[in-house]
Formats: sequence, structure tokens, C-alpha cells
Amino acid sequence: MVMRSDHFRHHALPVLTIVIAILAAWYVGAYVLNASFQRDLDRRGNVTSTPIEFLAKTMAQPKPILPAPHQVAQNLFENTFLRKVTSNRSLLYHAWVTLSSTALGFAMGTALGIAIAIGIVHVTTLDRSLMPWIIASQTVPVLAIAPMVIVVLGAINITGLLPKALISTYLSFFPVTVGMVKGLRSPDRIHLDLIRTYHAGALQTLLKLRLPASIPFLFASMKVAIAASLVGAIVAELPTGAAAGIGSKLLAGAYYSQTIDIWAALIAGSVLAALLVTLVGLAARMVDRMMGAKPEGKPA
Amino acid sequence: MQMSKKISTATAKPYSVVSAQNLGLTFDTNDGPVHALSHVDLDIAKGDFVSFIGPSGCGKTTFLRVIADLEQPTSGTISVNGMTPEEARKARSYGYVFQAAALYPWRTIEKNIALPLEIMNYSTSERQERIARVLDLVNLSGFGKKYPWQLSGGMQQRASIARALAFDADLLLMDEPFGALDEIVRDHLNEQLLDLWSRTQKTICFVTHSIPEAVYLSTKIVVMSPRPGRVTDVIHSTLPKERPLEIRETPEFLEIAHRVREGLRAGHGYEE
Repeated sequence: MVMRSDHFRHHALPVLTIVIAILAAWYVGAYVLNASFQRDLDRRGNVTSTPIEFLAKTMAQPKPILPAPHQVAQNLFENTFLRKVTSNRSLLYHAWVTLSSTALGFAMGTALGIAIAIGIVHVTTLDRSLMPWIIASQTVPVLAIAPMVIVVLGAINITGLLPKALISTYLSFFPVTVGMVKGLRSPDRIHLDLIRTYHAGALQTLLKLRLPASIPFLFASMKVAIAASLVGAIVAELPTGAAAGIGSKLLAGAYYSQTIDIWAALIAGSVLAALLVTLVGLAARMVDRMMGAKPEGKPA
Repeated sequence: MQMSKKISTATAKPYSVVSAQNLGLTFDTNDGPVHALSHVDLDIAKGDFVSFIGPSGCGKTTFLRVIADLEQPTSGTISVNGMTPEEARKARSYGYVFQAAALYPWRTIEKNIALPLEIMNYSTSERQERIARVLDLVNLSGFGKKYPWQLSGGMQQRASIARALAFDADLLLMDEPFGALDEIVRDHLNEQLLDLWSRTQKTICFVTHSIPEAVYLSTKIVVMSPRPGRVTDVIHSTLPKERPLEIRETPEFLEIAHRVREGLRAGHGYEE
């Protein structure tokens, strides 16, 4: 019992405080931003309302400038739990569409990132020639690349999941490459000397020393990469006028000024991101455990 | 120099495991060249237990690394088992024990010992048999499934010795393997190492800072001095092969220790 209240004080309480502060600021913002439109509305309809009624009305507009948290929560709840998952209005359906291209793009990006890193670590020419291009590739805004990729691939009849996943790949291979180059070079001199005394080849050194040593670096960069993959998938849904996905939901919301829908989709997107990053974190912990890492907080 | 040469040739058995002539190694650094080794002549016979002793910077570790083909000499010649160091390394002629245990943290103790065996393509059953044998040899039976962090420093270093013994190299190179351990653990491991040496008949090259350790363990003590790193004396131990720890209190032992100390002093090792 003591431990539980400690846990509450140290972990839950700070988070809860911030959440309450954000919600309060959000409500104030919703009132301030929606008040002038509501005042216009009241004037035109010749309605007089008490301050309390007025306040309630600023929080109940169908297309507010800033929807109140409870409006977003209600929309989120209805579109997540009260719709059939196959329905075009279900957020779960849209999240699933985005998730599938995120996952494919992330898998391809991670594989590509590892492959490039292995090449860079083993071939001096690649180290010198490839790295500047890889860094340059990330300075081009993804918003400029995404439509081109989709259009070009569309012209050669590649549509659907793959073009979207490629945008995710484009964003996610970079952190993996950088992290893995560092990870593959992380073994201590003494560990490298040791395997050299056994006359191990480059492949054996890679498999038995460099790769295992790089695992912590891999998971750290995969956490960044999976969040980037999600951003890539959402951005890729914008120029296609995709029929489904969180990106298309955002776009449709913007077309029809469905601000509540936009916010609900935004939140769905961030929940998805949090879930994915947590998932990678759990996988990291599991692999760590399997590789015999010392449990935290235990003395040697 | 002349003297060491004479002594080594006089006692050299027909087959020398390590033979260096006029060996030199110069590192180019930003502060100019550093002569890590200069004009080193040395013969190590099969079955010898040779200690290298000297202050920091005398090149004793560098010499061991040259034998192991981890450093390249810049002058002179050296042969290991009658081959160049590179050929000897590729023939897996030696086991190397580093200053730190250098166990791979993601492998259990037995998997760490299996590492050279995996690389050298030993069969699974052969691996298991050898792991069990060397774990027993260093008194670590029952710890095979532990991870390195679960073992004390002394046990980790014993595991790293077991790893060097797991494959068939008859030369063991040890670079201050007990340097980081406390006196009591060190005594114990020294005793075990002598026992191991007499049972396995290996040739051992052992780098150390400690005079008692060198005298207690060795059949031959190579005293080195720094700047440039060179051999100043080679002392053949007159101690018997059977050496209980108490031998360190005998006049014979103290006499050899005295000669080592004199050699170190003559090498101007303590001037700076």
C-alpha cells in the first residue's frame, strides 16, 4: 500500500498535473477563440443569453475554431467504439490503414538502414561516398518528396500500400543508419582484438561481435524511426487524396471545416504513435532480457 | 643485450616457440616517434614460463602484442612456432588473456568459452566437452550458465583464462591478467595458474608489474626498461617446479627477487 501511494506520488501525480493544466488552458482557449463567432451568431439571431449559457454555447458549436476537449473526446469515442470497424467513419478503420503502411515502411526502412550501416562500416569507399548523400536526403522536406514519389509510381501503375510505405521508408531508414553505424563501431578495442586473435573473418566478427553489440543502438534508433514512419504514412496520404487513413481524415476535415474531426484524427494519430513507440520499447526490454542484461537497480 | 643473447642461446632447447632478433617497434605519434621496442633479442623455449617485468612504457605489453600479431614490428625479425606472427595467428597457435576479462556481456560464461570454438568450427559435442573440461580446470564448474556480470572480477578473469585454454594452442600469452585483482585473489590465482601450467605443459608468456608474482611463477624472468623499451636482463629461476606459496619466504626466492629489483633499477626505470 505504501509502495503504491509512493508510485502515485512519483509517477502518476506529475503527469496528472500537466494533463489538468493542459485541459484547463484548452478550455480557456476554446472560449476565447469561439466567443466572437458566437457573439455574431447571437446578434444575428437576436438572442440574449446569460454568461453561463453563452459559455456553454461556445463549447457546443458544430464547427468551432477550437473545439473543446469534451467535444473531441465525444467524437473520438463515437468514431472509435460506436462504428463498425469496416465503416468509413470508424477511426479504427482509418488508423488500421495508416498503421499498415507505417509498419511496412518501418520494416523496409529498418532493413535498409541496417544494410546501409553494414556497408558503411565495412567498405571505406561507401563510408566516404554514401554518408553525405544520406544526410542530404533528409534535408529535403518530405512534403516536397511525397507527392512526386506518389505521382511517379502512380504513372507506372504502382499504387496503394507500397508508395505510401516508401515515404515511411524514406523517413525511417535515416535514424537506423546513423544509429547502426555507431552501434556496429561500438565494440571495445579489447573485444575486437580478442576475436582477431581467433582469426575470425569479417562475417564472423559482424555476427558474433558487431551486431550483438549494436542491439541497444538499434532499438534506440527504431524508436525514432517508427514515429517518423507514422509521420511519413500520414503525409503520404495527403497528396494522393487517399480514400482512407488518418491523413485522409485530416484532409477531409480541413476541406469541410470539420474541426472536431481534425482534432479527433490528430489525437488518434498521437495515440497510435505512443502505442508504436511503447511497443518498440517493450521489444527492446525483452531482447535486453534475452541477452542477459543486468536487471536495473541490482548491484553487480 | 649481449648477455641475454648468450644466456638464451646457451639454454635454448632445439625448438624455440618465440624467437626475436633485433626486434624494434616505433610508433609515430603527434609528439614525434616513440620507441616502444628497441633491439630486443629473445628466445622462448617450449614449456617455459616467461615473465616480462618492467615499469609502464617499457614495451612489455607491446612485445606480447607483436607475438600475437596485434602490432607490427618496424625492424628486426620474430618467429612464433617457426612462422611469422601473422601465420601463427591464422594457425591459431596461441591463446591471449587480456588485462580485462573481455567477456562478451551478452554471452553466458559457457557461451563465451564457446566463442573461439564456434569460430574454429568445432562440433557441438566437442564444444560441450571442452567447455566442461576448461571450466573444471579453472574451478568454475557450475557457473557456465551465469552471465559475466553475475561473477566477481577474479571469476571473470578465470573464465577468460578458460576461454584461452579451450582450443589447442600450446602458447598462452597473458597481459597482466591479475593486475586489477586484490592481493588474496591474486595469490590464489597464481597458485592455480602454476598448477594449470604443470598439467597442460603449455608455454606461457606473462606480463606483470609485480616482482613477487614474476619470481613466484616463472622459469625465466625478462626484465625490461623504458624509453626506448628494451631487455636489460634475463634471469633463469633456480626455484624448483613445485612451488608452494611459502616458497616466497625462502632466501633463494628473495635472492632472485633482489636481482630483478637490481635489474629494474639499472634500467633507470624510476628516474622520472
